[in-house]
Amino acid sequence: MLDVRHCATLAEAAGLLAGDRHALLIGGGTLVMRDVNEGRLTDGTLVRVSDPAFRQVNAGGARIELGAGVTMAMVLASRELGFLHAPARSIGGPAVRNMATIGGNLFAACPYGDFTVALLALEAQVVVQSGYGSGRAMPLEDFLAARDRGGIGLVTAVQFARPQNPADLRFRKVSRVKPKGIAVLSIAAHLPLAGGRVAQPRIAYGAMAPTPIRARAVERVLEGKPLDAAAIQAARQAALEGCRPATDAIASEWYRREILPVHLARLLAGEAP
Amino acid sequence: MAKLPVQFSLNGTDRATFVEPAGTLLDMLRRGLGDFAPKYGCGQGTCGVCTVLVDGEPHLSCLTLAVACEGRRIETVSGMADGPDLHPLQQAFMDHFAAQCGFCTPGMLTAARALLAKNPNPTREEVIDGISGNICRCTGYEPIIAAILAAAGSPGARRA
Repeated sequence: MLDVRHCATLAEAAGLLAGDRHALLIGGGTLVMRDVNEGRLTDGTLVRVSDPAFRQVNAGGARIELGAGVTMAMVLASRELGFLHAPARSIGGPAVRNMATIGGNLFAACPYGDFTVALLALEAQVVVQSGYGSGRAMPLEDFLAARDRGGIGLVTAVQFARPQNPADLRFRKVSRVKPKGIAVLSIAAHLPLAGGRVAQPRIAYGAMAPTPIRARAVERVLEGKPLDAAAIQAARQAALEGCRPATDAIASEWYRREILPVHLARLLAGEAP
Repeated sequence: MAKLPVQFSLNGTDRATFVEPAGTLLDMLRRGLGDFAPKYGCGQGTCGVCTVLVDGEPHLSCLTLAVACEGRRIETVSGMADGPDLHPLQQAFMDHFAAQCGFCTPGMLTAARALLAKNPNPTREEVIDGISGNICRCTGYEPIIAAILAAAGSPGARRA
C-alpha cells in the first residue's frame, strides 16, 4: 500500500527520505504518478513538501537559485529567466508545464529531461540535502553520474550563473511531432563571446547517452575560435565523441548519430530550427 | 490504510470527501463524486483527456494526488454550461463539428478554456500550442482549432 506524508519543511522531508529507503519525493507528479498508474509503484511512502523555499525563484542577481519545486510554467512566467524559456517551453503541453518541476526533470529518464540539458550547459550545481543536515552543492554532472544509484538525498534547489548575455544560451530540441513531442535529441550550447571569440563554451546533449552529457570534444575545438564556418565544421566532426545513444520508440541509435552533427552545426550557425 | 478527508470547491460548489492516501484527483472526481467529464486515457500525462482546471490552471488530474487538492478550486467541463446555455466554446465545438468520437473533447475544451482565459485573442499557432498536450486520435485537429478560434472571437468566450 502507498502512503503519503506531508512535510512543512525541507529538513523534515530530507529526514524522512534518509530514514526510509522506500520513501520517494513527489513534486508535480508527472514522473511518480505515471509509475503509480502503471502499477510499477505500489508500496512505500510518497513525500510531499510545502516548504516555500522549495518553490522559490531567486533570479534577480548574477547567481541564480531555483527551488527544485519550481515548475516549467514558473520559469516561463519569469522575465529574468528569459534565456531558459526555450527549454522550459519544450517540456510537455501547458498542463504538464504547470506541474513538472525542475527537480523532477533532473530525474527524468532518457529521452526525457530536456530542461536538464540546458542546466548542464550552464554548469549548474545541484543542492542536495541528506538527512537533517544542511544542503550541499554538487556539480550537475556528478549528480547525473550518481543519480541512478539512488540514495543521493533530497534535491532542494539548482544554482547557476546568469549568462552574460541571454542570447549566449542556445537550445534546440529535435522531435518528430510539433509543437510537443518526445526528444529525438536535444542540444544546449552556452557560448560566451570575448572579443568575437568563444570563451569557455559549454555544450550539452540530451538523449545521446543514458543521462544528459557534456560534449567536451566540441567545447575543446570551439575554445578561442570565432564562430565561423571552419570552427563549425570542426565542431561537427567532433560532435559524436562520447555519445552512446539508444535505440528506442522515438529513434534509432543510427538516426541519432546521423542527425546530431547536422543540428549542432545549425545551432552554432544560428539557423532557425 | 485509512482514507483521508479532502475539502475543495468543484465547479463553484464546496465539496468534501474521503480519498485513498495516494488516490488521484481523477479517481476522486469520477468514482468519488460522479463527475464523469474528465476521462482516464493514458494515465501517463500524454493524452490530456483528464485535464481539469486547478485554481484556473490546466492540470492533469490522473497525475495529481487528490490530497494535494485540499482548499483548491477544481473546475471540469461539467460546470462549463450556464444552465441550459452552453459555454461559447461548447457551442463553437458543436457548430464546427469539433467532436468525432468525443473522447478527447473534455480535455480539449478545458485546455481551450484555460488558453482563452489568459489569451482572449490567440493566433492559430497559440491555439495549437494551447492544445498541444491533448491528443485527438480521430486526428480531427483542424475543426477543433477552428472552433477555438471562432469562440475566441465571440463575446463571452472568456466567461470563466
